[in-house]
Amino acid sequence: MSHAAAELAARASYGKLVAYLSAWSRDVAAAEDALGDAFLEALDTWSRTGIPDKPEAWLLTVARRRLIDSARHAKVEETAAASLRVVLERAEHEASANAVFPDTRLALLFVCAHPAIDEAARTPLMLQTVLGLDAARIAQAFLVAPATIGQRLVRVKAKIRDAGIHFEVPGAHELPARLASVLEAIYAAYGSGWEDVTGADPRRQGLTEEAIWLGRLVTRLLPGEPEAKGLLALMLHCEARRAARRDADGAYVPLHRQDVTLWSRAMIDEAETTLSAAAASTRPGRFQLEAAVQSVHARRAVTDHTDWEAIALLYEGLLRLAPTIGARVGHAAALGEARGPESGLSVLGAILSEDVASYQPYWALRGHLLKRLGRMPEAREALERAITLSQDPAVRDFLREGFDSASESA
Amino acid sequence: MKYTILVYESELDFRARTDAARKDAYWGAYRAYTQALMDAGVMVGGAGLQPPPSATTVRQRDGKRLVQDGPYAEVKEQVGGFYVVDVPNLDQALEWAAKCPAAASAGVEVRPNLTM
Repeated sequence: MSHAAAELAARASYGKLVAYLSAWSRDVAAAEDALGDAFLEALDTWSRTGIPDKPEAWLLTVARRRLIDSARHAKVEETAAASLRVVLERAEHEASANAVFPDTRLALLFVCAHPAIDEAARTPLMLQTVLGLDAARIAQAFLVAPATIGQRLVRVKAKIRDAGIHFEVPGAHELPARLASVLEAIYAAYGSGWEDVTGADPRRQGLTEEAIWLGRLVTRLLPGEPEAKGLLALMLHCEARRAARRDADGAYVPLHRQDVTLWSRAMIDEAETTLSAAAASTRPGRFQLEAAVQSVHARRAVTDHTDWEAIALLYEGLLRLAPTIGARVGHAAALGEARGPESGLSVLGAILSEDVASYQPYWALRGHLLKRLGRMPEAREALERAITLSQDPAVRDFLREGFDSASESA
Repeated sequence: MKYTILVYESELDFRARTDAARKDAYWGAYRAYTQALMDAGVMVGGAGLQPPPSATTVRQRDGKRLVQDGPYAEVKEQVGGFYVVDVPNLDQALEWAAKCPAAASAGVEVRPNLTM
């Protein structure tokens, strides 16, 4: 059997094994190290002998041995090492006896997004522990130096171990708030990949898929939580438009001009089914509303027009739940289309300027609305600002065209 | 696991200890909190401290002792006391910390104790 096939089989078990081993040892870093060693041994052995019947049990046996060895080296108190041994023996027994290995990944997700963990470290931690991505890969996606991410991850893992963070899914009264930060962290992973819509930057490819994978995992493990479904639907709607966001020359295509035949029908259908299932619980939330906005946009594929009044209404609901700058700018954009540029501008005008100093969508929208009103000098000023704030060259080119046409007609 | 809950207080909080209008509420809240920790069986120890003006800071430099009036760091909120609790994990320590009267005014800091 090939090395690659062995690697694939091993990777499928990674998150579950890290979750299980670290829940018992309370030490994520030690669990990862032990499992890393077990994987190396697996790659070597399996490519010669083939994948064993119960690969997870195989990996767990090796990792368990390593974990106990390292606990002994670290001179962990003898009683602690002994209880670790007992616990891991039981885990190993369960793994070989049952076809279904106990899945404690949900608890691990809640640890990663625990309020006691530095917010900036939550998404990277999740990607590393649950998906097994290495620090270099995560660093590329978030445009920071690998050493920075590496140090940050080492720090938070030490905090998890030393502070005694609980490896358990929170109880009912805490669940909504804690789940919100898990979902935020997953959405941040999606956002980091979303920027690179063309896949032109190979370093950033695939994080959107990883985020959707995590989103699916949470909806499966917490089927009663509508916000988890809302997030999955939102990500699927955005992902469905991947092929339409750039034209053949790589130029940026704004949503309202996208060729709907390039949208993925299958993903839109899945998003819609997921969102309806969420709505059935009648507990609306931020992600469900954002997904609903995308759902209205998706309907253009069928009706050939966009119901901006409906979108404005959804943003009003969103603003009541989470009055973020993003939601206020979205609301202004919808009103600008539904009722004319003045309506949009008056909503934008109510936002404090220090809150949007470096928020690109605000300036792009402001420039667009001013241009429609023929207020060219102001429009150029706003577009100039939006261009400076855009990281994506295709978006910069698109805004530059708008800027140039605002100059010609002046 | 043992955790220390460090109680931070502002000057206003410290003054509440002796202020005729506020002292009953202040001490009543701490008595109730301490009693709740004891009733739950999680209290290991702790102490209330005299206000920062009573503090003296000592530094030993090149064999010389430098003694200085006042707390170690000049910050708005100072440690007013501490509790040591024994609970299974951080979440439960945070649960107790949130109930400390200081959590609603200045703030409390939770740190796991070193095991020695």
